[in-house]
Amino acid sequence: MPDQPTAGERFLRGIIPENPTFRQLLGLCPTLAVTNSMAGAITMGVATGVVMVCSNVLVSLIRGFLQPHLRILVFTLTIATFVTMVHRLLAAYMYDMSKTLGPYIPLIIVNCVIISRAEICASKQSPAIAAADGVGMGLGITLGLSAIAVVREILGTGGLFGFTLLPGWPGWTIMILPPGAFFTLGLLLGVVNWYSERRSLAKKGSE
Amino acid sequence: MTTTESGRGSYLMQGWLVIVLAAMCGGSLAAIELWLKPKIENNKQQETLARIPALVPGAVSEDGVAFPTANGVVYRAQNGSEVLGWVLLGKGNGFADNLEILIGVDRDNQRVLGMYVLAQKETPGLGDFIQTDPAFAQQFQGLQAPIGVHKAPATGNTIQALTGATISSQSVADIVNATVAGFDPQSLPQTPGVP
Repeated sequence: MPDQPTAGERFLRGIIPENPTFRQLLGLCPTLAVTNSMAGAITMGVATGVVMVCSNVLVSLIRGFLQPHLRILVFTLTIATFVTMVHRLLAAYMYDMSKTLGPYIPLIIVNCVIISRAEICASKQSPAIAAADGVGMGLGITLGLSAIAVVREILGTGGLFGFTLLPGWPGWTIMILPPGAFFTLGLLLGVVNWYSERRSLAKKGSE
Repeated sequence: MTTTESGRGSYLMQGWLVIVLAAMCGGSLAAIELWLKPKIENNKQQETLARIPALVPGAVSEDGVAFPTANGVVYRAQNGSEVLGWVLLGKGNGFADNLEILIGVDRDNQRVLGMYVLAQKETPGLGDFIQTDPAFAQQFQGLQAPIGVHKAPATGNTIQALTGATISSQSVADIVNATVAGFDPQSLPQTPGVP
């Protein structure tokens, strides 16, 4: 394959330049659903990242045997297995969190970020690069979810991780309700786009 | 018919990876389930046991004894060998999704001693106060089922509904009433145990 990115490039791209939340706009269902608390957002991001690393490595190991028309079936099977494992592990060791996240952990199975990484990176590159890609994208998702959650939890409850930061804050309930997720995502997307446009204009100007 | 045979053969040739992978995945999931299931069940039981002192004043978590009933497990709340009451698990519809509620009652199932919402997915900031607002749960203490729901400050055998969450409040009262009515301490099996 000509010019496939290296492990380091894969890792770095996932975090900011190809951030799954703000750049690829993938996996928005959990993004909107679990970001009303920081703890939930981070658990969700890490769980998705762990599944992505595992499925990326396994898909990369068997990439030589993949039949083009059966590959999606194999990806889904792999992802579903690892998600179920993570789901049970959370219920066993982080019971309260697993109750809070409810159905959204099993729903990682249909998170399109993971299947897109299997297709774009893992089915074409070595396990080490696929793992780096999974870690980078996992960090990117965690960062994306946390960025939304930090705004929603502070404005919605006046605190973070359940601790009060703004004593006397009235708590904008709408921020922890579904509309708050859309407002925050929209505004943050606007900020990201405004910033990257300014940067590309500055680059052009300096050339 | 050589074409059919070679067709079948080629399906197997193409699909072997899916078959092998599915068997491996199924096997590893079964192993995970065998390993973690006791722990997850224990988590659920501990969650109930931990609530016993709050639901039946004076009772000790470790002394709780589980009894199987047709409607699920009932815990006998004790301090040492002294029986102080019962902790019942009630289930029913809330506003958004199913509610699971623990109810503490006295020895003869005459009065409600405490209420705790174990699982709920009610509207955050409105209906979820059935779980997060201690003042709402405290209203149930000392009442006799059937418990009524008022929008005005509660009088007598009633609770005051949460603002903006009348349906959630009514659901909790309904579940408490139905669970208490369906429980008879006399009809429990003689031997404790978890079904």
